[in-house]
Amino acid sequence: MSKDVVADLKRDHISKLVAKGMRADGRKFDELRPLKIETNFIGSAEGSARVHLGNTEVVVGVKLILGEPFPDTPNTGVLTTNAELIPMASDTFEGGPPDQESIEVARVIDRGIREGHAVDMEKLCITPGKEVWIMFVDVHVLDYDGNLFDAANMGAVAAFNSAVVPAKRAGKGEDFPLPVMHQPISVTAVKIGGKLLVDPTHDEERVAEARLTVATIEDGNLCAMQKGLDGSFTMDEVFQVVDMSRRIGAEVRSKM
Amino acid sequence: MDNSGSRESGREIVVPGELLAVAGKKAGPGTYLDGGRVYAAQLGIKSVRPDSVSVVPLAGQYIPVRGDLVVGKIIDIGPSNWLVDINSPYPSPLHVNEVPWRVEFGETGKFMSIGDILLLKIVDVDEVRRISVSMQDHGLRKLSGGMVIEVSPSKVPRVIGRDGSMIQMLKNMTGCRIYVGQNGRIWMDGELDGILRAVRAIKMIEDEAHSIGLTEKVKRLLEEKSGKGA
Amino acid sequence: MGGTPTDLKMIDENGRRLDGRLPNEMRPLKIEAGVLKRADGSAYVEWGLNKVMAAVYGPRECHPRHLQNPERALVQCHYNMASFSVDDRKRPGPDRRSHEISKIISEALTNVVFTEYFPRTSIDVYIEVLQANAGTRCAGLTAASVALADAGVPMRDLVASCAAGKVADTVVVDLAKEEDNFGQADIPVGYVPRTGEIVLLQMDGDLTQEQFNKGLHMALDACKNVYEVQRDALKRRYSARASDAELASEGEGGDKREVA
Repeated sequence: MSKDVVADLKRDHISKLVAKGMRADGRKFDELRPLKIETNFIGSAEGSARVHLGNTEVVVGVKLILGEPFPDTPNTGVLTTNAELIPMASDTFEGGPPDQESIEVARVIDRGIREGHAVDMEKLCITPGKEVWIMFVDVHVLDYDGNLFDAANMGAVAAFNSAVVPAKRAGKGEDFPLPVMHQPISVTAVKIGGKLLVDPTHDEERVAEARLTVATIEDGNLCAMQKGLDGSFTMDEVFQVVDMSRRIGAEVRSKM
Repeated sequence: MDNSGSRESGREIVVPGELLAVAGKKAGPGTYLDGGRVYAAQLGIKSVRPDSVSVVPLAGQYIPVRGDLVVGKIIDIGPSNWLVDINSPYPSPLHVNEVPWRVEFGETGKFMSIGDILLLKIVDVDEVRRISVSMQDHGLRKLSGGMVIEVSPSKVPRVIGRDGSMIQMLKNMTGCRIYVGQNGRIWMDGELDGILRAVRAIKMIEDEAHSIGLTEKVKRLLEEKSGKGA
Repeated sequence: MGGTPTDLKMIDENGRRLDGRLPNEMRPLKIEAGVLKRADGSAYVEWGLNKVMAAVYGPRECHPRHLQNPERALVQCHYNMASFSVDDRKRPGPDRRSHEISKIISEALTNVVFTEYFPRTSIDVYIEVLQANAGTRCAGLTAASVALADAGVPMRDLVASCAAGKVADTVVVDLAKEEDNFGQADIPVGYVPRTGEIVLLQMDGDLTQEQFNKGLHMALDACKNVYEVQRDALKRRYSARASDAELASEGEGGDKREVA
């Protein structure tokens, strides 16, 4: 669609700014946009959060239902993550079945949550091999201005922190808080003109050469990473992003 | 009818379907006639003249008018024209006859490319909304360098200001060359610092188009230094 | 619509419903206009426990091209329920119910939009139900109308929408979830406030002519209240910063053409 043809002018302008150490919205390279998180936003969900990261807005809902475990993990609950990049959020999103972009977003967030052991999945087992809780994490993007990875990740973690397992309704005893273990926080940076910019806006994403998302947990250990776009990173640049992610991850965690 | 808060200093915000005039007034832009009465057709500010009443819209697409100056973006190239996006529901063709060079059939790509930003004039809008644009007039051309931003077309009069006062202040205080397209696209070029301040000022104008003392606020913003640096 | 569990009193001795409302009382309704940055127009509605977001893009080039109408704009509405919007998680994506609701809302909105002003284009309306508690199509249509006005789309009026129904043999307005699940009839209505025209109407259940008559009247009265909330939301969007006559004279006449 016409709106997505990036004018050379815009690319040049952002590159010029970056060369001078500036960004269009006046932020520092390692600064996040204003972040607002509201939990328990959706009553029909077992856990939920509404996240505003700059002009990007996402709603994450956590639903828990009874089901069967996977045969190779009979003692743990099941985690499924889905992302809906609905056309409402941007004229660049088309409706229909999930495309590569929404699938990548869902899988990267899933990786962070799963490998970061955000939730103690073993506590979601009711009868080993027979019955467990299936946890659905559904990300709904309402307004798009870049960096879905981080906005959705923060939404998921915030939703977990306030979620309740609906055991009573399912006849499995009393309700109990979702057994949260860790807070994996992802931080995404893009590379423009050799510089690394954290929390890219849509414009910055469109002119970026490469993108790197790094998720860490409280002790600073890494739990998930994803490089995107068709440019490249040097090893040094990778370590820089990892450092920024540790630091910013800790800041975000302290605010949650 | 209680408009609690929507009526201050004579400015009334109306929504589609609201009655504007019972009789005796012509239906101006942004309104429609039904049974001899004039009603609002868009969300906007009611504007009453001696013989007509209209609504100045607060939002909406750019509707091309013959003679308008617009900032367009090439989105496709054909053998005898370039297709230009002018921020309107209808993309418009720029024919090889409407540019200052002699372009052979099939050679359009040699002169301009997809993504190029152009300063154009609306030459014609026919009954079925087909638009034609031209780059022939004095001053019209491909724009290089600088930066383009978009504002809602309904805010363009505010960016220009009464007698061009606002745009003049923007140019003087930022040292930038600025072209404001009627289609809400604004091109500016100059020192990076000047461009950043101009962009911030224009965003303020867009956000607060209806504020009292906007000119003063914009002036103060322009006097500040720009950017924080890395 | 099935029988009521015996311990649920849909209407009590004082004529009050499960949530304490009288038969002709609506649930609390809040509307915010212009809440999204990217969309051309938007509106967020909280109606009882419903949470619905609507966004409008357009008029813009019509895709798919073969649907283009050479004389008018196409108003295409896409109604969708988020998976977490209901108690039993819903699989993502439109189901047959969503398609039907999308169609009837498109038709309701097409009635009031001046589609002839934008031939060959599409006006895309997206409705997302984030939390559902009965009456989501009415909340959706109500939100969509506000979003269209917010986008500056020319219309002859807003469309206000509300449902009426029957529970425990009593005609009531604005059904809540339990009333919808265990009630006896549901009548969603879409209303053009100035002319009183009905642009959306469905009914299912069991009603005598009189009950339907009464229900329709109650729904239309409720729509008038809905309209006030819609109008207020649109005015509030701009009036917080309302002001001087400077704009009134700048907005029209000669100065428009000066540019560089």
